[in-house]
Amino acid sequence: MSATGLTTSDPTAATGTARGIRRPGRVALGVSRIGYEVKSYFRSPDAVFFTFLFPFIMLGIFTAAFSSSGDIQPGPGAEGISVGAYYLPGLLAAGMLLSGVQNLAIDIAIEKGDGTLKRLGGTPLSPVSYFIGKFGQVFVTGVLQAALLLVAAATLFGIALPTEPEKWATFAWVFVLGVATSAFLGIALSSVPRSGKSAAAVVIPILLVLQFISGVYLQFYALPEWMQNLASLFPLKWMAQGMRAVFLPEDFAVLEQNEAWDLGWVAVALLVWLVIGLILSRLTFRWIRRDA
Amino acid sequence: MDTTTPREAPAVRMRGLRKQYGAVAAVDGIDLDIARGETFALLGPNGAGKSTTIEILEGYRLRTGGEASVLGVDPAHGGLDWKSRIGIVLQSGTESGAMTVREQLAHFAGLYPRPRDVDEVIAAVGLEEKARTRIAKLSGGQRRRLDVALGIIGRPELLFLDEPTTGFDPEARREFWDLIRSLKREGTTILLTTHYLDEAAQLGDRAGIIIGGRLIDVGLVHELGGAEARVPIVRWRDRDGTIREVRTERPAEIVASVARELGTEPAELEVIRPSLEDIYLDLVRASGAETRETEEARA
Repeated sequence: MSATGLTTSDPTAATGTARGIRRPGRVALGVSRIGYEVKSYFRSPDAVFFTFLFPFIMLGIFTAAFSSSGDIQPGPGAEGISVGAYYLPGLLAAGMLLSGVQNLAIDIAIEKGDGTLKRLGGTPLSPVSYFIGKFGQVFVTGVLQAALLLVAAATLFGIALPTEPEKWATFAWVFVLGVATSAFLGIALSSVPRSGKSAAAVVIPILLVLQFISGVYLQFYALPEWMQNLASLFPLKWMAQGMRAVFLPEDFAVLEQNEAWDLGWVAVALLVWLVIGLILSRLTFRWIRRDA
Repeated sequence: MDTTTPREAPAVRMRGLRKQYGAVAAVDGIDLDIARGETFALLGPNGAGKSTTIEILEGYRLRTGGEASVLGVDPAHGGLDWKSRIGIVLQSGTESGAMTVREQLAHFAGLYPRPRDVDEVIAAVGLEEKARTRIAKLSGGQRRRLDVALGIIGRPELLFLDEPTTGFDPEARREFWDLIRSLKREGTTILLTTHYLDEAAQLGDRAGIIIGGRLIDVGLVHELGGAEARVPIVRWRDRDGTIREVRTERPAEIVASVARELGTEPAELEVIRPSLEDIYLDLVRASGAETRETEEARA
């Protein structure tokens, strides 16, 4: 350190409050946080492996493991699709859940534990800007993850993707709604782990169970009815169902609980969870546990 | 919202400040004013209430009693404008550190209305060679320098430093002191807590000693403990082998008279002027004894 390093060229430096110099706006700061958050995400090997690449790796494993077990058919005599093609929508839904819930719940809990949030809480950064940054991180990484999955599915795994614009419109709203819901639920869940170190151990098993009962790793139509009903209480089942409506042939609809895609209910369920997540985030988020 | 304060108003003002955790008072009625432009050092042993006090002023903790005002604003309700006028260096940052030193500082600079120049701050804390290094790869001392850099990047009017030089080697500590002096020349008000008395003596215009949540002494650093605590001690070994000690304002006279009496050079003769450390330890000891007495009286 050197004493000579600091200049006093700023004319308002010693005169107290700066008049006429405005703090950067909340939204502008939020946007600058997005770049910062995305950069730090891709520099953390844990996040990249367990959140970003995980669905891609699972798709590779499913495709390879079941490559010789024949197609999945919606009914006797009907035209089938490959196991990989059947799993693609579930893994897209899992990616949304991981990018939102798993990423943010662990990330924010760690930031709480290691003093990041305490430091930010002492700066003129609004929580609004902080959350714009986190949402941006979730959306940017979520979109890249989905793109990676789709490109790999089409090129590496030979899975045919839909060509109808309506299908892609459905994909767009299910994706945006699902990712936003996941992001809020991740913020809410981040207050559950008691320390940053325990965050992964608390969050990952909860989401793993959810993925098993919601039709990501197991074929949803093959699950017992009580498990399907239980899964219907949580948002992942609806994300997966919405994605199946996009990527599976129409005649697969008969395998759903009501023998239809029920996109209206997908929207309702995700919106309800979005509101729950928003309220819980608002109630539980603090820069620090103020009087712990 | 108008957050201006008259120039004469103190930067920090506390009246009867209290922080109660259950039956324990971590901060037990502190009255103190810190003037604008002043550097004030809070001294005290671990657990004395230094950090609790400073965290109340930073807005991190809520007081349970008394008044507090920081740059004219109640820190329990400090908004973003207020936060842009203060700088905080916490006790320890352990962030995962995926960013580089320069990226981190540039990002934080962007949060403030009139930040310092990023490269200038990097140079001021001596991290030029680490500017492109990820934070995770810094040593403990380098991380501490980054903490200080993040605390001053927003060009604060008031800077809080909680044990800023813990873990610094002597040279780094001296460089840090130079940096703080240059901030002081700019008119920055500084409140620091420290274990190191030499640090308080080097930097502080005034210092206060906190023990048991109470401010037991406040004053110019070279006047702490009062004149009485600074009375020199003359010590020597008497003919019968016992150590003799006299506290006196006129040590030369005593030395002369002892020499005359003994008729020879007194053995192990010393004239001791209590150092700041001696005075501080005396105060801590005296206050500890007091606390025990009152506790016994209550029991």
